[in-house]
Amino acid sequence: MLLALLALGLLAAALLLPAAMDAVRARRAGSRRTGARVPRERLSVRDPGRERRAEQRARELLRSCLNGEEWAMYRELGFIRVAGRTIVRGAGEGGRAADSDRAATGVGDESPARAGAADGPHRAGEPGEPPTDEHSYAYLVYPHKPIVAYEPATRRLLSEYCVEFPDLSDAVTGARLPDSDDVLAKWMALTGDEQRLLRDANMHLPGRQLDPGRVRRDLWRLEEWERRRRRSAEAPRG
Amino acid sequence: MKPGYGEVLLTEGDPRLAEDEERLVAAFRRELDAGMWAAVPTKDAASGRRQGLMVHDYSEIPPEAERVIFFPRAAGG
Repeated sequence: MLLALLALGLLAAALLLPAAMDAVRARRAGSRRTGARVPRERLSVRDPGRERRAEQRARELLRSCLNGEEWAMYRELGFIRVAGRTIVRGAGEGGRAADSDRAATGVGDESPARAGAADGPHRAGEPGEPPTDEHSYAYLVYPHKPIVAYEPATRRLLSEYCVEFPDLSDAVTGARLPDSDDVLAKWMALTGDEQRLLRDANMHLPGRQLDPGRVRRDLWRLEEWERRRRRSAEAPRG
Repeated sequence: MKPGYGEVLLTEGDPRLAEDEERLVAAFRRELDAGMWAAVPTKDAASGRRQGLMVHDYSEIPPEAERVIFFPRAAGG
């Protein structure tokens, strides 16, 4: 009987030993964490709500800069359309020319309008003006995706402009602009200095990063969206 | 616009007051020296069209501008 109890005691001790050693190790590690002085900068706690709050602020800022139609487009479709501004004249008029505020820059090779230069005269779009069939090209601006140039008249995709707005002062963290800030930066740069933005971007043929099928679907969604808006605007009130 | 944070107010003031303007000019230069781009969102009073106006110097800021937005300069992605 005594022998049996002794054997059981030894078995229980053997089973409990690893668990007891783990508990002791954990306690020692815990005391080291609480006792050590960790530099303050390493104590940064990730705030999960920070990005959400940043995006909310960015949306308000974007809303305050766009016109009502552009904002509704972004809110409901997730992208905005910006009319291209470079004028391309027919070959008979001596090639292409940029619009007034950048005619003297001597640039324009990056412009999507070049793709349609042989097609005849094109009219430049005003910022915030919906492109018509007369406009040679327009852009779709997505958050954190390439800018897509296309022909509104034919829905032909012209090129992708891969561009980002990196924080050079804090490259370690790799933080990026909130989605709506990225759209706003592209909108301001496109409407303010289109040629400069295109020069800084990497230009690729359509399909490099964005699925052309998806972009065409977005163009179709945009047309449907505009048709609905027109219809509701024309519908009699009351 | 600051990556990871969104909109951050750098400084504000009335440019008609000399002391405020000095501070605004200093903030403007500091941001451009740090490699940021500056733009003023504008609205055409007649047509209602909106667009960005890129400014490279404090003197280029339209007098009626209410704010200047700084954002990191573009780079090929």
